[in-house]
Amino acid sequence: MLNPEHVKKTVAALKEKFPETVQEVSEFRGETTVNVAKAAIAEVCRFLRDDAALDYNVLTDLAAVDYSPEEPRFGVSYILFSMSKMARLRLKVLVPEEDPEVPTVTNVYINADWYEREAWDMMGIKFAGHPDLRRLLMPADWEGHPHRKDYPLGYEEVQFSFNWREIDAKKPYAKE
Amino acid sequence: MPDLSEPVLEELRHLFTARALSGETMVLNMGPQHPSTHGVLRLIVELDGETVIRAIPDIGFLHTGIEKNMESKTYIKALVMTDRLDYLNNIGNNLVYCLAIEKLMETKVPERANVLRVLMAELQRIASHLVWLGTHSIDLAAMSMLLYCFRERDYIMDIFEMVSGQRMMTTYIRPGGVWRDVPAGFTEVVENFINYLPAKLDDYERLLTNNPIFKQRTQGVGYISAEDAVKWNLAGPSLRGSGVNFDVRKAMPYSGYEQYEFDVPLETGGDVYARYRCRMREFRESLKICRQALDKLKTTKGPFITNDRKVAPPPRSELGTSMEALIHHFKLWTEGFTPPKGEVYAATESPRGELGVYLVSDGTPKPARVHFRQPSFANLQPLNYMSENHLVADLVAIIGSVDIVLGDIDR
Amino acid sequence: MGLEQKLGNMGVITMTLEQAVNWGRTNAMWPMLFGLACCAMEMIAAQSSNYDVSRFGMELMRASPRQSDLMIVAGRVTRKMAPVLRRLYDQMPDPKWVVAMGDCASSGGIFNNYAIVQGVDEIVPVDVYISGCPPRPENLIYGIMKLHEKVRQEKITKWK
Ligand code: SF4
Repeated sequence: MLNPEHVKKTVAALKEKFPETVQEVSEFRGETTVNVAKAAIAEVCRFLRDDAALDYNVLTDLAAVDYSPEEPRFGVSYILFSMSKMARLRLKVLVPEEDPEVPTVTNVYINADWYEREAWDMMGIKFAGHPDLRRLLMPADWEGHPHRKDYPLGYEEVQFSFNWREIDAKKPYAKE
Repeated sequence: MPDLSEPVLEELRHLFTARALSGETMVLNMGPQHPSTHGVLRLIVELDGETVIRAIPDIGFLHTGIEKNMESKTYIKALVMTDRLDYLNNIGNNLVYCLAIEKLMETKVPERANVLRVLMAELQRIASHLVWLGTHSIDLAAMSMLLYCFRERDYIMDIFEMVSGQRMMTTYIRPGGVWRDVPAGFTEVVENFINYLPAKLDDYERLLTNNPIFKQRTQGVGYISAEDAVKWNLAGPSLRGSGVNFDVRKAMPYSGYEQYEFDVPLETGGDVYARYRCRMREFRESLKICRQALDKLKTTKGPFITNDRKVAPPPRSELGTSMEALIHHFKLWTEGFTPPKGEVYAATESPRGELGVYLVSDGTPKPARVHFRQPSFANLQPLNYMSENHLVADLVAIIGSVDIVLGDIDR
Repeated sequence: MGLEQKLGNMGVITMTLEQAVNWGRTNAMWPMLFGLACCAMEMIAAQSSNYDVSRFGMELMRASPRQSDLMIVAGRVTRKMAPVLRRLYDQMPDPKWVVAMGDCASSGGIFNNYAIVQGVDEIVPVDVYISGCPPRPENLIYGIMKLHEKVRQEKITKWK
């Protein structure tokens, strides 16, 4: 069973340790999200991991979100988990569009490696200090970052019997 | 056609040791079309003779854009896409997505639906483990296992077909419950299967568990310590094979898992063999849960989907007589429902480990962002670490043992 | 084949040869083990005990394109995979056939988006399309039967 008390304790500890960087704490459906200043994310993560009383030893998930048209446009969510204390906490940094760069947490949680590469690939958020920031899922020569809201889904017109010929003429059929 | 070989070396230089550049060791491409990579996984392997020095996975050959595509559909219509993520755990994908929606909408799921969900999810786990067992042992040259395992898997597929009309992509679990109640004769079929499988499992164990060749190829291979497994955030049997007792079903029970009695199999070996043992025991635990769920199903009556017409469509029979129902039906399928603004994370235990979904709602009928936390993704990451200084043949065993599904990794 | 150049006008024998070779080709197809996504599971199911396509002379799934003459594209083809797929196709020796198994391989299926090639026929010529998501193993076998029909009707002049 999850332990909400521990999350409360964590938030209090965070507020005490980082009074400036912890910007906002919100709760929704029993989940706590802590907004953290961008520059301090690695520091906060390290504190949460290394403090024996808090002990967030696992980074479960890292996801980048495009909040447009809101400002700042992007967000990166870090879902942390403490196996010993059974507590889940979400850290969030907001990233403006002009400067999509966040410090990496790979030196705190090694498994952040691929998650950050995915976020770079899909959302175009740079992770400063990442050892190997290449595209992860898309081909290396791909242009654009598909998960951004302004990137088109790539919708292809569907063929029905009335427009079959028109579209069929445009279709690139392969040759032998 | 673009030339695949040219720009690659320059970009990938930093991944290899200096010896590779002088030609002392060999850099080899393995995949994406390779019989033992379980799909379209590409590995770039640096070899010293037959010893693996580096094994760098290159993924994305199955990147389907599901997460982005889901953003363009209403919540309920996006559900069909989740089936196709991890194609060995279709029911589980539905389940985790529905759990997230229910969390967002604060929907109560009826008891019978919960029992059905658990039953289906556990059957799916057995089916998935069967596929794993078959493919893993075929990698280790136990060919006949594949044929046996797929024979058993077909039983489960038949059960799924019975309840949902489809063998694999069932979309059986819907927000607020399940699609429909089980048909007549369902309990007998499942009972037959539950009674049939244990003897077969014994057969498999006789074939493999003490088989000296199998043991030689698996014991001590792909070792990862408990500490490292946690650090790399391995999930599921790969984690438990290293002796870390973590199972989402126990730790954060969902869908009423707390009412079932089962153990979480633990092994301390941390190698391929331990992971194998762990999964073999999970078969039996799943059967145990299935049996309890089946008993429960007989006694729990009541609706199989919530009565909340905002989330679940009204029953077909009402459409002809009730104007209300017709409106609800129409609204639900055209416009969908509108959850409040917010973000939730829901997690389940898939056959491969913790499967989570991070759902962001912006107060419109379409999800603003869906991100899946995929267990195979987490399990594949430490491949380089696990396969260091092993033989090439062991690499195959290691990939098989963490049970990756490429649809799960690439999304 | 090479044989047809040597034969010249041998009338009735040509017919039988055509039939004989076509018959031979249909009954010993070697499909390539080429599972891409979900459909691959059903392809394996078709291979294994319950459905058993080896009844039709194709129990050997070859992992190497050099040894196979039938490519069953089982699953969705992504833009990243497309060049690889074409390369594999080019590596297969003639005569070769392609079966597009499943909606995704046939037309993109439910994934009408940036990452998926909308039908594998944009990359390689397809002989038989099999619908279904995923097609049942019986469906696949039916598709293969259709392919056999097609192969049986191939003309000697078109042989490669
Ligand atoms: S057709 Fe369906 S089952 Fe086949 S690959 Fe596409 S989504 Fe998967």
